[in-house]
Amino acid sequence: MFVTSAFAQESAPAADTSHAATGGDAHSGTSVPAEAHGTFPPFDPATFPSQLLWLAITFGLFYLFLKRVVMPRVGGIIDVRNDRITQDLDQAAKLKGEADAAVAAYEQELAEAKTNANAIGQQASDAAKAEAETARKKVEAALDQKLGEAEARIASIKANAMKEVGTIAEDTASAIVEALVGGKASKAEIAAAVKSVAG
Amino acid sequence: MAADKVDPIHQFHINKLIPIEIGGYDLSFTNSALFMVATVVVAAAFLFLTTSSRSLVPGRLQSISEMAYEFVGNMLRDAAGTQGMKFFPFVFSLFMFVLVANLLGLFPYFFTVTSHIIVTFGLAALVIGTVVVYGFMKHGLGFLKLFVPHGVPVFLLPLVVLIEVISFVSRPVSLSVRLFANMLAGHITLKVFSGFVVSLSALGAVGVAGSVLPLAMAVALTALELLVAFLQAYVFAVLTCMYLNDALHPGH
Repeated sequence: MFVTSAFAQESAPAADTSHAATGGDAHSGTSVPAEAHGTFPPFDPATFPSQLLWLAITFGLFYLFLKRVVMPRVGGIIDVRNDRITQDLDQAAKLKGEADAAVAAYEQELAEAKTNANAIGQQASDAAKAEAETARKKVEAALDQKLGEAEARIASIKANAMKEVGTIAEDTASAIVEALVGGKASKAEIAAAVKSVAG
Repeated sequence: MAADKVDPIHQFHINKLIPIEIGGYDLSFTNSALFMVATVVVAAAFLFLTTSSRSLVPGRLQSISEMAYEFVGNMLRDAAGTQGMKFFPFVFSLFMFVLVANLLGLFPYFFTVTSHIIVTFGLAALVIGTVVVYGFMKHGLGFLKLFVPHGVPVFLLPLVVLIEVISFVSRPVSLSVRLFANMLAGHITLKVFSGFVVSLSALGAVGVAGSVLPLAMAVALTALELLVAFLQAYVFAVLTCMYLNDALHPGH
């Protein structure tokens, strides 16, 4: 930057002197400044009206064109894009909310199903236990009954057997007596004798 | 012709292409007017054609137009607030006009519109005129509060008001001279160094070898001038925004 500013300082006095030199001419003869080659061109007042006029025309048209055509268009493009982006972001947020809600519902359902399953399992196992218990009790009762019956039968068989032991002993005794003594002993005597032995 | 080529001032000459004279004023269509037309046509055509597809996802050229639009829009909003956006077309036109005029001037043999003080002064006067007219329209005499800062002791007030008035009056001058002087000096420098290349090459083999230095300098200066062309358009637009802010909010 300081290079250009140094040149600006250098050229400024030169421009001033050249301008001052032709200043006298411009004052004396205003009708012929068009071909003033001695003047530093940017400071030549003869070119001012034309440059100002054409600047006004070109810049004015440029301003109108930008204001009417270009800027609404560019602004519109940018607005549409921003709208689109916010819309997309909104939609994304909405979809994310929906997805979150679905996940929450799913998790809740899963938890419910788990508790349900636990309850059902507990119930089933309780029922099975109770059933097993009743079945066991029934079987035990049946077994007890059978045991009782069996004991009763054994007792009766034993009693019968014991009874028959008496008659067998009597028969045997009478047979022995017959063999040994050769006479018949009376039945009543033998029965009394057996009884006294057994008793 | 050789002397004419090396003359660094020659590029600023105004040539009449279509002589027009009305009421004693010379209103000819000159090379300056031609390049004003070229500036306007190039800038308008670029902005118009690059945005014609109105793509939702912009291409490179459409991005440039949108960037320029948003760049100036943000600049104006930062400086003058949302109220200042009514001047957006004005500031955008100024920025694009100055930028494209500066850039077109960098082409060899092209005329630089903004290297003439009357053009930059015309634009600066338009800015200050807008500020003054809008300021009085919006605030009436309250616009004069611009020259009376708050919290200044009464005995200092005349001095401060005088300084404020001088600073306000010098604004169009500084605004126009800054742009004009930058473009003028840059183009003279470029021409001088390019002239060295031509003069040295005429001296034979040693001269051609020596002319590498000014050639490198000319290349570097071209890059610098490209920066200056953008920077001066930016500075012009920023200052315009700040002056418009004074018109909208004169109470400092």
